[in-house]
Amino acid sequence: MYIKRIGIDIGSTTIKAVITNEENEIIYKTYKRHMSSITSSLLSLLSEIKETCVDKEFYINFTGSAGMKLAHNMGIQFTQEVISATKALRSFDDSIDVCIELGGEDAKIIFFDGINIEQRMNGTCAGGTGAFIDQMATLLNVSSGEVNELAKNYEKIYPIASRCGVFAKSDIQPLLNQGARHEDIAVSIYQAIVNQTITGLSQGKKIKGNVAFLGGPLTFASELRKRFIETLKLTSVFIPQDGEVFVALGASIAATETKFSIEKVIELVVNETKREKVNIDNGIEPLFKDEAEYDTFIKRHSKAKIESIDISSYNGNAYLGIDAGSTTTKMVLLSEDNKILFQYYSHNLGNPVEIVKNALLKMYEEVHPGISIKGAFSTGYGEQLIKNAFNLDGSEVETICHYKAASYFNKDVDFIIDIGGQDMKCFKIENGVITSIILNEACSSGCGSFIETFSTSLGYEISDFAELAINSRNPVDLGSRCTVFMNSSVKQAQADAASTEDISAGLAISVVKNALYKVIRAVDVKREFGENIIVQGGTFYNNAVLRSFEREINMNVTRPNISGLMGAFGASILARENSVDSSQMITKEQLDNFLYKTKSAVCKKCSNYCQLTVNIFNDSKKYISGNRCEKGAGLLSNMDDIPNLYLYKYDRLTSYISKVNRVYKGTIGIPLGLNMYENIPFWHTFFTALGYKLVYSERSSKTLYELGQDSIPSDTVCYPAKLIHGHIESLLKKDVDFIFYPNMQFNVIEKSYRDNEYNCPVVAHYPELIKANMDSLKGTVYLDPYISINNAHSFAKNIKSIFTKGKLSAKKGDILRAYDKAIKEYENYRIDVINEGKRAIEYSEKHNKNLIILAGRPYHIDPEINHGMAKLLRSLECVVVSEDALNFMADQSQLNVINQWSYHTRLYDTAKYVTTLKNANLIQLVSFGCGLDAITSDEVKSILEASGKLYTQIKIDEVSNLGTVNIRIRSLLSTMKGVQNGTTRI
Amino acid sequence: MAQLEYDEFGRLLFTEEMRKEYTILVPQMAPYHFDFLIHSLNSEGYKAELLKNDSYMLIEEGLKYSHNDICVPAMLVIGQFIDAIKNGGYDKHKIALVITQTGGGCRASNYVNLLRKALKKANYDYIPIISLNANGMEPNPGFKVSARLLFKLANSIAIGDVLMQVVNETRPYEVNEGETLEVLKEVTSTIIPFFERKKINIWKYPRKLIHYVIKEFSDIPVDKTIKKPKVGVVGEIYVKYSPLGNNNLERTLIEEGCEVFTPSLFDFFLYTFDSSVHDINKYGGSAKKKLALKVFIKLIETRREFVRKTLKKYNFYKPLSYKELKKLAKGVIDYGTHSGEGWLLTAEMIDLVHMGAPNIVCTQPFGCLPNHIVGKGMFKKIKELHPQSNIVAIDYDTSASEINQINRIKLMIANAKENLNKKK
Repeated sequence: MYIKRIGIDIGSTTIKAVITNEENEIIYKTYKRHMSSITSSLLSLLSEIKETCVDKEFYINFTGSAGMKLAHNMGIQFTQEVISATKALRSFDDSIDVCIELGGEDAKIIFFDGINIEQRMNGTCAGGTGAFIDQMATLLNVSSGEVNELAKNYEKIYPIASRCGVFAKSDIQPLLNQGARHEDIAVSIYQAIVNQTITGLSQGKKIKGNVAFLGGPLTFASELRKRFIETLKLTSVFIPQDGEVFVALGASIAATETKFSIEKVIELVVNETKREKVNIDNGIEPLFKDEAEYDTFIKRHSKAKIESIDISSYNGNAYLGIDAGSTTTKMVLLSEDNKILFQYYSHNLGNPVEIVKNALLKMYEEVHPGISIKGAFSTGYGEQLIKNAFNLDGSEVETICHYKAASYFNKDVDFIIDIGGQDMKCFKIENGVITSIILNEACSSGCGSFIETFSTSLGYEISDFAELAINSRNPVDLGSRCTVFMNSSVKQAQADAASTEDISAGLAISVVKNALYKVIRAVDVKREFGENIIVQGGTFYNNAVLRSFEREINMNVTRPNISGLMGAFGASILARENSVDSSQMITKEQLDNFLYKTKSAVCKKCSNYCQLTVNIFNDSKKYISGNRCEKGAGLLSNMDDIPNLYLYKYDRLTSYISKVNRVYKGTIGIPLGLNMYENIPFWHTFFTALGYKLVYSERSSKTLYELGQDSIPSDTVCYPAKLIHGHIESLLKKDVDFIFYPNMQFNVIEKSYRDNEYNCPVVAHYPELIKANMDSLKGTVYLDPYISINNAHSFAKNIKSIFTKGKLSAKKGDILRAYDKAIKEYENYRIDVINEGKRAIEYSEKHNKNLIILAGRPYHIDPEINHGMAKLLRSLECVVVSEDALNFMADQSQLNVINQWSYHTRLYDTAKYVTTLKNANLIQLVSFGCGLDAITSDEVKSILEASGKLYTQIKIDEVSNLGTVNIRIRSLLSTMKGVQNGTTRI
Repeated sequence: MAQLEYDEFGRLLFTEEMRKEYTILVPQMAPYHFDFLIHSLNSEGYKAELLKNDSYMLIEEGLKYSHNDICVPAMLVIGQFIDAIKNGGYDKHKIALVITQTGGGCRASNYVNLLRKALKKANYDYIPIISLNANGMEPNPGFKVSARLLFKLANSIAIGDVLMQVVNETRPYEVNEGETLEVLKEVTSTIIPFFERKKINIWKYPRKLIHYVIKEFSDIPVDKTIKKPKVGVVGEIYVKYSPLGNNNLERTLIEEGCEVFTPSLFDFFLYTFDSSVHDINKYGGSAKKKLALKVFIKLIETRREFVRKTLKKYNFYKPLSYKELKKLAKGVIDYGTHSGEGWLLTAEMIDLVHMGAPNIVCTQPFGCLPNHIVGKGMFKKIKELHPQSNIVAIDYDTSASEINQINRIKLMIANAKENLNKKK
C-alpha cells in the first residue's frame, strides 16, 4: 500500500499542514495561527489529522524556521523552507523563472535559471513582511484584509522607507498625524514592501519572466501583487491555488526519510512539552521574588500622585493641555489648584484630528457655566496641526512641556526619561535648564508600541500582557538591538517554547536595556544624571518595565500616576502661565459643525519637492504640513539672505558647468555622490583643461534612488552609497562617452598631526562595487582608477591608466599642467567655503541669530541625504555652517581615537572650535549603517561636553520624514535660548 | 608594586616592572592558533593567559561599555575583557590587556582606543593596554616585539594553520569517532614544549615538528567514500575564526554533515604586509620599508612551501601559495582594494570554488564596511564566473537571532547537498 506523506510548516506566526497522495495531490490541508504556543497548536493539528485520516503510517517532514529545532529534537526529517517551496514549484510548473515568497517575517526569492537554482532570503536587517503589514494595519486601526481594500482606492503613493518595519513606521506615523488619506497610506505600505524585496533580494539580478507569488500576504492581498506587477513591469504571473500552504506541500512532496504513526508523533510532541520544563539559566532573575516584594513596590509608587476631582464640584478657571503624540492623544483640563477636572487618553487610530474633536466634544459635555477656560495649549508631534485645527492659544515643543510636568512632582528633578509609543526622550536638567536631550533614533526605537503590537498579535490586551510578566520565573533574554531583531529573538524564544509570562518579562527587560544601553548609554545613571529621576510615558504604566528599570539602575525612581499624561499636563500648566482673558479655542457650537478634509500635494517651490498634506478646516482655513521650509506653508520668504553653508556649497559645486559652445574631445559623466562632491572643482578643472566635457548625474531624489535599487548588493550599506547606483543609471541615460568614478583610498591632507588621511572603506572602494554589480555599465567606458590627489607625482603616474587606447587621450605634460590648475581650483573652492564660514559667523553675531554647525561630510549637502534639513534650519532663522568651513580655526590634535580619516579630522577640529563660540551649537549628521560614526560621534561628543556644550546627533537614512528632527532641533533652540538668557526657564 | 607610568600624551604604559609582576590577558580570537601564541609570549618572560570566558554576561558587558553601533568584534573583545576583570578572580592591579592592531582604513584600527575608553568608563583606567602590532604603533617599555618573538609568533600561526586544515580534513571522515580530536590533544601537548623554549634559532624552521603533525593526522583511519559537501568559511578576520564571534560556526557546520575549510590565517598577515608594499608602489613611501616587507614575505613563503609540499605528500589538500592566491583576484577586484580583508576575501572565495568547496559562508559583523564591497559586493561577479558557487552572507551581531542565521546556513547546505547528489 502506498504510504501518504505529511508536510508540516511551522512559521513565525502560522502552522500549516498538507497531506499528499501518490500523485502529489493535496488530500488534506489546514492552516492556523499558532499564537506563539507552537506545541499545543501542533498537537491540536495532529489530532485533527488523526480523526480525518485512518492511515497507519505516514512519511513526515517538517519545514519552516520555528519547526527546525522541534524536528531535530524529535528525530523527524526537516527540509529548509526555501527548498520545500522549490520542490513544490517544480512539481507544478517548469516554466517559472522567478518565485517571490513573502512569509510572516521572511522574504525569499528563488531564481530558476535552467538547471541552476538560486535561492535567497532576506538578511537579518530587512525584517518583517507579513508581520509588518499586521503592524501597519494596527497603526491604521484596520485588519490586514482591510488594508488591501483601502489600497484599491488610492490616489498617490508616498515614499516610505523600505529598509525595515521600524523605518517605515516612523514614516507612516507622521503621515497619519498630518492627516494623509488612509487609502494612500495603505498603498504606500505595499509599495514599501515591493521596494524592500527588490533592494534586499534581487541584488543585481533582474526579476523578470514568469513570476510565481507565494505566501500568505501575496496570496491574500491582490493590491500587493498589483504593486509588484506594476513596479517590475511583469506580464506573466503565477499564483498557485494553495498558496498559503504551498511550502507545507513542498515538504510533503519531499517527505521520504522518516516514517511514523500519528500516535507516535503525538507522543514525541508530548515528550517535547515535558522536556521544555527544563529551564535554561540565562542569569536573568525574576522581576519579583514574591508577592510581598510586589506589594511594597506598588505601595511605594502610589505616592507620586495628582488628584482628580469631579468637574461638577468645581467652579473657577480651567486650563487645557493637549498632547498629540505619535500614537496616542492625551488631554488634561486643569483647575487653578492643580487638580485634574477632565482627562482623556486614546489611540490616534490613525486620525488625530478626529480624536481631538471627539475628546473636546466629550469635555464640553461636562464643562458647566461655572468653569471658564482661560487658555489652551498643544504639544507633541501634532502640536501645530491641532493648534491650527482648533484655534488653540499656543503650543510648545514637547520637551519643555515634559519638564514643566516633571518639575511639579519633583522640583529638583535631575533627569526625566519618557518612553512613549514611538519614541523615547530623556532630558538632563541642570540649574533649571535642559542641558542634554537624548532621543531614540529610528534604529533603536524598541519602545512601547512594540510591546503593544506584540501583545495584540498574541491576542492579549496590553495591560493583561504586562501583568503576566509579574509572575515570570525565568524571563527570556531577547537581546536589545532594534525591534526587528527582537521579533526574531521572540520567535526563537517561542520555538524554545518559553511561556508567555517569560516573554512578557523579557520584552520589558529588553525595552529597559535598550533605553539604558543603546539610547541613554549610561553605565552609572546616578553618577551621570543624578538621583532625582522621573520616569514617565505610557510605557511606564507597565509595572514590569518600571521594575526592570529600577533594578537595572539600582535606584528608586518616581513614576507619577499620570505617567502617560505628562505632556498634556505640562501643556496645561503652560496654558495657565500664559493665561488669557478668554481662550480663543473653538466653541462647542463651532465644533458641532466642524468639517475636516485633507488633500495631498507636492510643493514645487524648490528642488526638495516636499510631499505636502493640505488640511482644510470648515472649507476655508488651511493648514499645510510636510513642508521643510516656510515656502511650502505658503508664506513669503525673507530668509534667503541668512548664510547657509549647505545651500551655498551645493550651489557653488553644481555651478561647475562645461561650456555649451565649445568643441570637446568627448563627454565624461560624473556621479554626484560620496567623495565626488567635494572633488568637483578638481575634476572639472582637470578634464576641462584636457578638452573633455563634464556631465553630472541628476540631483538625488527617491525616484533616482529607485532607478538603481535593483543592483544594490548589500542592503545594510549607508544611504549615500546606495544612491550612487541611481546616479550611475541617470548618467547612462544621458548618453555620455565615459563614466568617471575613481577609487580614492586616500583623501586630502589638511592637518599634519592626523594619523592618516583615509577615506572610509565604502567611500574609497564603492567604484569597485559598482563595476562588479551594475550590468547596465556594459557598453560604456567606465573609468575607475585608483587615485590620490595629494601628490602630483603619484597622481600623474596613476592617472595614466585612464589615458590609454580606447579611453581618454592627453599628453603627459598637459596632464601635469592640468593637475596644477585643478589642485589650485580645489584650493580656491576650499578657501571660498572657509570665507563664507567666516561671513556666516559674523552675520550671526551682528544679527543675533542662532548659529548651528551642521557637521557631517561633504556629501551631506545633498538635500536627499540631509532631508532638506538645511532649509528647515533656515526657516527657523538659524545660520548654518558646515564642518569644512571651520576646521582651520582650531586644532584638536589630542584625541582618544585614531585620527585617520580626513573628513573626520575636520569634525574633531570643528568641534573644538565650536566650544569657543558663544551662540553656537553643533548638530552631527550620522548615516544609518555608518560604522565609523560609532567612533566619531563619541569623540565629537566628548570634545563638546568637556567644555559644557550640548551635543546633538541626528541620524539620517531613507526615512524622509522630519518629525523627530523637528522636535530635536526645536528643543535644542529653546534650550539655547535658556542658556543664553542665563535664566531658569521654569 | 609597579608604578603607573604614562607617556607624553597620557597613555598608560606597560613598564619593565609590570612585565615581571603582571598577568597579560589575551582574548580568544582563533582557537587553533592562540594557545601557541600564549606559550610563545611566556617563553619570552611574560605571564600571558588566554581568556576562555564565553558566558552570556560577556555580551552584556560589551554592550554596556561600547557604542551600540560598533561592530561585534570590538564589542565582544571588550565584553570578554571586562567580564574577565570583574569575575575572573584576578588581582585587578596586576593585569594588563593585549589586543592586536592592524592599522588600515577600517574601524578595526581603533579597537585599542575603544578598549581604552571602555576601561575608563568602567573605572579600570589603571589597567595598561598593550597594542600588538608589527608597525611600531604605541610602544611600551615593558613589551617589545623582538625579532625572536616575531618569529615565534609566526611559527604559532603556521602551526595553527596546519592544525586547522588537517583536523577539518580528517574529522568528517574518521572511522573511529572522536579520534581526530584525541590526536589533536596529543599533538598539541607534544609540540607545546617547542613553543616554551626561550632560545630558538630564528633562521631554522621547525620542519620536523610540522612533518610530525601532518604525519600524525594522516595516520588516522578515514573513510573517504562518504560524500560530504565541502563548505568554506571566509569573512572578517575575527568572526571568521572566533567561535565566540560566529556562534560556533565550525561546530554547526560539522554537525550538519559538512567538511569545513577555513583559509589560513597567515595569508591575512602576508596580505597586510603586501598591501603596504602596494601602497608604497602606488602612492609613494619608504623604499627601505618596502624592501624589508618583501624580504619577509619571501622568507615566510619559502617556509610555507615546505608545509604545502608535506601536506601534499600525506594526501592532504595542497593550499595555494600566497602568490597563486593573489593571482585569483586579478581581473575580479583591484589590489588597491585592501581595507579590512580587501581583495584577499574575494580571492579566497574563488580559491574555494576552485578547490571544490563552492559552498561558502561569508561572515561579517553587522554593518561591516569593507565587506559591503569585498564580500557581498563581489558575489554577483563570482557567480557569473563560477555558476556553481553557493554563497551565503551571514551577519553577526550580539543580538541577531541564532535561528535566523542557522536557517540561512541550512538553506546553503541543502543546496550544497543537492549539488553533491547531482554530481554522483
